[in-house]
Amino acid sequence: MKTNQTVTIDNKQVPIEGERNLLELIRKAGVEIPTFCYHSEMSIYGACRLCMVDVEGMGMVASCSTVPKAGMVVKTSTPEIRETRKMILELLLASHQGDCQTCRKGDDCKLLALANRLGVRDVRFKKKGRNLPLDLSSPSIARDPNKCILCGDCVRMCSEIQGVGAIGFAHRGAQSIVTPCFERDIATVECIDCGQCTKVCPTGALTIKSDTTEVFKAIHSKDKYVVAAIAPAVRVAIGEEFGLESGANAVGKTIATLRMMGFDAVYDVSYSADLTIMEEGTELLGRVTSGENIPMFTSCCPGWVKFMEQYYSDFANNLSTCKSPQQMLGALVKETLPDIVKKDRKDIVFVSVMPCTAKKFEAKREEFKVADSPDVDYVITTHELALLIRERGIMFNEMEPEAFDMPYGFNTGGGVIFGNSGGVSEAAIRFAGEKLTGKKTEDYIIREVRGEDGIREVEYDFSGTKLKMAVVSGLANARKVMEGIKDGSRTYDFVEMMACPGGCINGGGQPVSIDRLARKKRTEGLYRTDKMLQLHKPQENPYIKDLYDSLLGVPNSNKAHELLHTHYHARSRIKSDRIDKPAETDKLPISICFGTGCFIRGSQKLLSQLTGFISSNNLEDRVSLGATFCFEQCDRGPVVRIGEDIITHCTRVKAVEALTEKLHL
Amino acid sequence: MQNILAFEKAGQIIEKYEYNQAKLIPILQEIQDEYRYLPEELMVYVATMLGTTSSHVYGVASFYSHFTLKLKGKYVVKICDGTACHVKKSMHLLDAVRKHLKLTEGQNTTPDLLFTVETVACLGTCGRAPAMTVNGEVFGLLTDETAVAVIKDIQEKEQANHE
Amino acid sequence: MSEAVNLKARAKAYKENTKDIKKRIIVCAGTGCIAGGALKVIDKFEEVIKARGLSVAMTINKHEDGYQVSGSGCQGFCQMGPVVTIHPDKIMYCKVTPADVEEILEESVLKDNIIDRLVYTQKTTGKSYPKKEEMPFFKNQTHLVLKKVGDIDPTDINEYIALGGYAQAEKAAKMRPEEICSLMMDSGLKGRGGAGFPTGRKWDFARMSKGDKKYIICNGDEGDPGAFMDSAVMEGNPHSIIEGMMIAAMAIGADEGYVYVRAEYPLAVKRIRAAVKAAQEAGILGDSMFGSDKAFDITVMEGAGAFVCGEETALIASVEGKRGMPSPKPPFPSDRGLFGKPTVINNVETLSTIPVIFEMGTDEYKKIGTAAAAGTKNFSLTGHVANTGLIEVPFGETLRTIVYNIAGGVTEENGELSPDGFKAVQIGGPSGGCLTQEHLDMPLDYEHLKAIGAMVGSGGMVVMNQKTCIVEIARYFMEFTQNESCGKCVVCREGTKQMLDILTDITQGRATMEQLDLLEELAGVVQKASLCGLGKSAPNPVLSTLKYFRDEYVEHIEGKRCPTGQCAALRSYSIDASKCIGCGACARKCPADAISGEKKKPHVIDAGKCIKCGACKEACKFGAVLR
Repeated sequence: MKTNQTVTIDNKQVPIEGERNLLELIRKAGVEIPTFCYHSEMSIYGACRLCMVDVEGMGMVASCSTVPKAGMVVKTSTPEIRETRKMILELLLASHQGDCQTCRKGDDCKLLALANRLGVRDVRFKKKGRNLPLDLSSPSIARDPNKCILCGDCVRMCSEIQGVGAIGFAHRGAQSIVTPCFERDIATVECIDCGQCTKVCPTGALTIKSDTTEVFKAIHSKDKYVVAAIAPAVRVAIGEEFGLESGANAVGKTIATLRMMGFDAVYDVSYSADLTIMEEGTELLGRVTSGENIPMFTSCCPGWVKFMEQYYSDFANNLSTCKSPQQMLGALVKETLPDIVKKDRKDIVFVSVMPCTAKKFEAKREEFKVADSPDVDYVITTHELALLIRERGIMFNEMEPEAFDMPYGFNTGGGVIFGNSGGVSEAAIRFAGEKLTGKKTEDYIIREVRGEDGIREVEYDFSGTKLKMAVVSGLANARKVMEGIKDGSRTYDFVEMMACPGGCINGGGQPVSIDRLARKKRTEGLYRTDKMLQLHKPQENPYIKDLYDSLLGVPNSNKAHELLHTHYHARSRIKSDRIDKPAETDKLPISICFGTGCFIRGSQKLLSQLTGFISSNNLEDRVSLGATFCFEQCDRGPVVRIGEDIITHCTRVKAVEALTEKLHL
Repeated sequence: MQNILAFEKAGQIIEKYEYNQAKLIPILQEIQDEYRYLPEELMVYVATMLGTTSSHVYGVASFYSHFTLKLKGKYVVKICDGTACHVKKSMHLLDAVRKHLKLTEGQNTTPDLLFTVETVACLGTCGRAPAMTVNGEVFGLLTDETAVAVIKDIQEKEQANHE
Repeated sequence: MSEAVNLKARAKAYKENTKDIKKRIIVCAGTGCIAGGALKVIDKFEEVIKARGLSVAMTINKHEDGYQVSGSGCQGFCQMGPVVTIHPDKIMYCKVTPADVEEILEESVLKDNIIDRLVYTQKTTGKSYPKKEEMPFFKNQTHLVLKKVGDIDPTDINEYIALGGYAQAEKAAKMRPEEICSLMMDSGLKGRGGAGFPTGRKWDFARMSKGDKKYIICNGDEGDPGAFMDSAVMEGNPHSIIEGMMIAAMAIGADEGYVYVRAEYPLAVKRIRAAVKAAQEAGILGDSMFGSDKAFDITVMEGAGAFVCGEETALIASVEGKRGMPSPKPPFPSDRGLFGKPTVINNVETLSTIPVIFEMGTDEYKKIGTAAAAGTKNFSLTGHVANTGLIEVPFGETLRTIVYNIAGGVTEENGELSPDGFKAVQIGGPSGGCLTQEHLDMPLDYEHLKAIGAMVGSGGMVVMNQKTCIVEIARYFMEFTQNESCGKCVVCREGTKQMLDILTDITQGRATMEQLDLLEELAGVVQKASLCGLGKSAPNPVLSTLKYFRDEYVEHIEGKRCPTGQCAALRSYSIDASKCIGCGACARKCPADAISGEKKKPHVIDAGKCIKCGACKEACKFGAVLR
């Protein structure tokens, strides 16, 4: 901390206190420098050229990449800088598809805001927008490349923070675009739907796929019974959309608003979060005792689940078989409500309100349907809820708070803290602790799992039984931890994985706040809510106890498994149309999978062995040998398809056996 | 389905470069030398083998002019449009050659996949401008007629081979 | 593990092997002359000499008694290629074909006669110059870097060593890094790639940077259209580059080097790869440089077709296997470069100069050039001049000397000399500016050029005659830059696109004066706010041509006329009634049916229908169609 080192910024002396660059120092001085491509958690890109300032002796420099030195004299506005900024905006507007009135981004557009802020009154250049197709393939994310200003924020977010890299730059110069690989639709590539890209995108190029129309239809339909379920993280952020402080718990107003809009019942996902702990906690204890499938990974984050299915499918058995709270509640409601409200299952519409965009993908998973009827019909994000409320014209701030409907509206503190990174772990410890020690305690706050780091390790001692845990958020961190587990450098009993840095309170569907402390405030808001509740441990929830007594029996029972548990499968990262039926020829088709999973298990060696076998037996005109990508059975590789049969764990012996049989050798 | 040998060869190339991500460009260059273009499957394969994403590989492949994602003709004709050649009317050569090969607007490769016609920024033969290369062989001090004559020669040779 | 190379022994052996060679026939085998058939000439020499029963050596690895035939790098006299020089008298023959070989052998090799028809004859005076050193083209140059390029066999490391090659690196291996940097700073050498940053200082920064690993990169990504200086050095004297890199490595403490060559230079790639291999086999590159404890080895990497990779941070990204997009500076490469380690990136010509400086000594070196710009600069001289080619002149030389004395004067399209034909010289390629009549006597160096809004650049020099449309030249360069822009920063990506659009409008007669003002304003912003050198220098041709040829722009816009007649869209065609015999040939050719007239009566072109394709002019045998 150098406090007597100062920089003069707009005639004001500002001390240098470890700031990485002039931009951060200027912000500290109280000036909001315009920028599109600067984000403090991501690498410095330097592409938008808006953050330029004048430094005496150096001329105009980009403040994001200039190191502050004592004695610098900086001016953030000069005639040259003003002209430059305006021209940059003019250039951007000239190649931007400007249909602002009907654009998905609406008021949130930073390009629009900046053009207004800088007083741009004229675009003197010819409009040179491009006519690229929209990509609406994903359930969570809508892409409009015509609005993209190529700031690269989404690319860096997806690659650096989330470690996925589903979108990137392609081509060059004025032909540059941001796209999934090979310009495919985003739903066919590795995207895990976390939606973080939509939060950093300054324009309407990447927005959340909206389900509001469908929800309105349901509410307005007379014969449907529409249920809303609110996630923990939503309640401490929805207020921001209406001017309330981050972290303020606005759940009461939200419930009242939803009822006014026409929802027939409003439930609390924290209730099923409690339920999840009952099931998952019991599962964990079982595994710890048997020693099988340890470490156990949480499964409530669908972004993480998809990530694991794509990249670490070998560990699929380590995932908890529990559904997420959203899906548990959906399944429960659809199972129990028909009798209670005297409606058919098909007339019950379950709408969950989530901080998360990946939940839209989760709700559509095949496993979460009962004979074509999904457990969860629609998912709307916090932001979409705000749009619904605004469209209806309801004055949120004036609503009198109301309470959740029973029985699915009662929760303990353990359920509500799910929204924070570390929340699931803390709730699990609150449950497991008593089970392991056999003693009840009044304590419930477990500080060790709380914090802001993306990877936190905790070893918790339950009177002799030690549980080693890791709390992880942000998928680049998840990757680090998984690699460590693979090579043995990291060992845990339990790992909580959240795709979004900081947990669900920072989810893809949450409002984008200009308050840089919003994330922290929301986290604290949930812990405060926990404190104000009478019960903190999921096992104490009387309505949960009732549920077990009346329907489920005991945790992990057959009925519980039927309703509340699921299974996973490996996913190929790039959907290939080449996994189709082999062409009709009279040659016997043999396909060897060359995807990573099979490759590291020896598909290349198998290939040369089979090639040798084929040639030494003169079978070239009777078989056609081909390579292909991914049968999605990665943990059972190498996978070979001979004719119509798929052989897993294929060896030379097995392949030759199959060939011998089919060719009648 | 890709020819089974395509993956073998690609695998050998990647192994030669020790699965080093930094060597992505030379790896793609060698794969393209082998197959004359970069098929999608091979790019996914390279991404997997190098431990990087397909978007990264696609981003690199589409950035550099040298890489082609579409199959090119047997003879790649590059007409130089560097300053020296430009000033000596290299674009007339381009028009003449394209006209002779009956290439339509936006079409760079003849339908029989025999010729691909491109322009290149500078071949470094400025002293003998205007210049062009055909599969690397350099021809300088060209006129419309002599440029087309080079193409005609090749066409005749190819015709003869088929008979 | 090879033992330390013994340079003296190798040099001695080479001199022994060649002491009985009577005459050496050096055929220029640079890319340009190869395109002209130089390899066939070489083959023919070998064939004919053998047929005569004489001993001929193509490569020297044992004692030879007879004649040596070798291919050299670019001899510089490109318009007159293929060029053959016969040593020791250095008789230079031009435009040599295989058909000339027998006669050359008979007259000039076995005897000492000169074949007049093959000798260079100056158009203006009619005077002949059989000896290379007497030719105006060569006499007015100062060859330091190019000295060996047109002479030695670039594939023979022993010849390089025999002429003193690698001795400087051996000397430097015994110096301390600070001493080497100090020497370089004293020499005043500035980077020859275009930026002109003092080389010694760059090395010193890298030397002082902390790092367990450091790199040297040779930037051979010469992408300026119209520039081939680096290509010639890479093809003709690759070992000098390796030697320069070794000295640089010793100066900063690097053990690994890269040579980044653009893929469009296949011969350069081949030569430098072969040179690196030869140096490795000789034990020069490897675990120990000349017996010291310093290791150094080089990897050659081919570019993949991106001009922007000539920018150092983009080049680094490319070596790291990424898209060639520049990064903000700071951090500078000498601080954090390749793979995050301190890196020095030097241009080919800069590196090739280093052994020269060590050999001459800094005092002697500084005598050449000017006070602020020591030494020489290679230029690739092209365009409308009698003798295009590769030249090397000291800094401070004037344009007049180069255009008139060396290049032999300005020419018309058909090659005829044009005494008043000089219009302008574009220097520095797409990042450069233009020099006009008023600058003919200005000394060429960094300061003078910067002061008038131009730059030395990498060395491309294009001479333009009066028939060249300067607006079209500006548009052409902008098109190039726009195509090569990486697309990262808004200013260059969108700015060059819009500038190109306006320039195209101007050349097509659609522009307004407001657009001209906008062009200038935009050019200023692009110059100041771009992320990298490509963007920052992209507007230079526009701003420079606007400064000196503004009226030509205005003529295009307000007059809707191109003064030189080059811009097709602004041409107007009419028929001279006094010459037209009414044959109707033009009317038949006209694709727009714009020509009307009765048989045997003068025809008329309807300007409203005319699409200005020029077909009528081509068809008219009577010269009646005017443009």
